[in-house]
Amino acid sequence: MEVINVIFFIISAITIASAVVVAVSKDLVHSAFALLGVFAGVLGLYILLSADFVAVVQLVVYIGGILILILFAVMLTTKIDRKNGKRIPMNRAMEPVVALIGVAILGFLLFKTIIKGGWLNHFSSRFVPMTAAIGNKLLSEYLLPFEIVSLLLVLVLVGAVVLARREVK
Amino acid sequence: MLTNFITVGLILFLLGIYTCLTRKNAIGILMGIELILNAAGINFVTFSHFGHNHPDGQIMALFIIVLAAAEAVVALAILLAIYKRFGTIETEEASTLKE
Repeated sequence: MEVINVIFFIISAITIASAVVVAVSKDLVHSAFALLGVFAGVLGLYILLSADFVAVVQLVVYIGGILILILFAVMLTTKIDRKNGKRIPMNRAMEPVVALIGVAILGFLLFKTIIKGGWLNHFSSRFVPMTAAIGNKLLSEYLLPFEIVSLLLVLVLVGAVVLARREVK
Repeated sequence: MLTNFITVGLILFLLGIYTCLTRKNAIGILMGIELILNAAGINFVTFSHFGHNHPDGQIMALFIIVLAAAEAVVALAILLAIYKRFGTIETEEASTLKE
């Protein structure tokens, strides 16, 4: 077994274990911290796929930005010390089971499709720096989406401030 | 090896959907959406790598990351406004547009 396969299995095990914690943890703060494992694991997968620039953007935007934002929101809005003491009625307690059955059926169908795909099944073993190619593409072929996204970011900045500010008397 | 990467993306996607379906807290639902978006990014970058390192898939992953950031910012601002008005962000209790 090659070293890169071992690395892949370790990273994907960390990613999936953290994602399971995000999905099933009772405590929202635990979920928010487990999200760090998911984002970092996906970053490792990006590096294995020779996507160096995407990996750095994942580190800066997801781990440095979105995760901190979610943690702030959790701590500002959730009463952390409150225990979930409410009795759940029987039909509501079945909700996770029903969701699990639906998700399992969907996953089985998608997995069968993936297995049938007949794709090549080894690393292309060409690890090349991608940043220059991405930069060239962004400023030639993808120039219009690039500018639209920058406009969207300005709109989001203003919109978030408008939504979250206090009312001015 | 491609199948393994796609399968990791599939598992992340399924866990994200499960999170969205079972969480009552709005921030929990947002975390599920983040899982789904990460799975989509893994798929794009995987096919980009195994298609002889073509940069198109990676650019698509970059756009996904930027849109995820924008979506998270707006969603959390809305959630803070809802929390100020209703005192909770449980989706069962804050189910109307006004009090």
